Amino acid sequence: MDLIKEIEKQHLKDDIPAFSPGDSVRVHVKVKEGNRERTQVFEGVVIRRQGSGLKETFTVRRVTYGIGVERIFPVHSPVVSRIEVTRRGRVRRAKLYYLRERSGKAARIREQR
Amino acid sequence: MTKALLARKIGMTQVYDEEGRVIPVTVLQAGPCYVVQVKDSSRDGYNSIQIGFGEIKEHRVNRPLKGHYQKHNLRPCRYLREFRVEDPAAFSSGQELRADLFSPGDLVDVSAVTRGKGFAGSIKRLGFARGAMAHGSHYHRGPGSLGAITAARVFKGRLLPGRMGGKRRTIQNLRVVQADGEKNILLVKGAVPGPQGGLVVIKAAVKRKG
Repeated sequence: MDLIKEIEKQHLKDDIPAFSPGDSVRVHVKVKEGNRERTQVFEGVVIRRQGSGLKETFTVRRVTYGIGVERIFPVHSPVVSRIEVTRRGRVRRAKLYYLRERSGKAARIREQR
Repeated sequence: MTKALLARKIGMTQVYDEEGRVIPVTVLQAGPCYVVQVKDSSRDGYNSIQIGFGEIKEHRVNRPLKGHYQKHNLRPCRYLREFRVEDPAAFSSGQELRADLFSPGDLVDVSAVTRGKGFAGSIKRLGFARGAMAHGSHYHRGPGSLGAITAARVFKGRLLPGRMGGKRRTIQNLRVVQADGEKNILLVKGAVPGPQGGLVVIKAAVKRKG
């Protein structure tokens, strides 16, 4: 197991801010278009953080034009260039799947103080 | 030159390539392997090298084997395997083989003994379809018909439940992702048979070249 950790260490990022489910984040994603590379921002609420080590992923949910969009990002992926935490949310569980059934006012998350 | 190594399966993880894609890899502790004996056709009738791998307590090795290792000035190894080579002169006994025998991009064939599954039914072992679990069906996971009644016997080769796993299986054309000669670590793309800690035999791919 230690050998696996050592191999994963080569790929781990050390500049990841602390964030947890309930937080609002801006994820900067590198997108390749032909031979041009640009950065796209995906903004939303973290509803899940799953896995450990290099295999850790998180899910960001946002609602655009009335349609819910969820994207799963590997925390340590080189495609994810930056994660910005814009708001700390106060939530009482680790997986916020209940947000999927709610919209508008009901889907609000209280800010952590 | 024929390339072959013995290794221990450590487990699986994933790494990223230059384009940020995830590659599933199996981590193998491939060595240090030692060439114990070199056989050539003039003396032994065929060309091959004997490779030893893994640590073992001295008192667990019997005397004939101990003598065999001593003759080649080596410490006893847990595993001893022989591989045919074209040119035995390229090897010398006592030579150390490290994981950098392979380089990233090489294709390898990996053999190991699969995990034993015990007596398995035809669904798990042979991929048969199952019957309905409800709606009045009493036929769930059975093997189906064994043949026509007029034959009055079951023909040979009929696929039936039985022992599954615990057999040597080879996975061909796995790509080497990383080879660390210093730590003797080999990363191979994809899954490898057998449990973690099990012995794995790595050879250069026979059907395709890297």
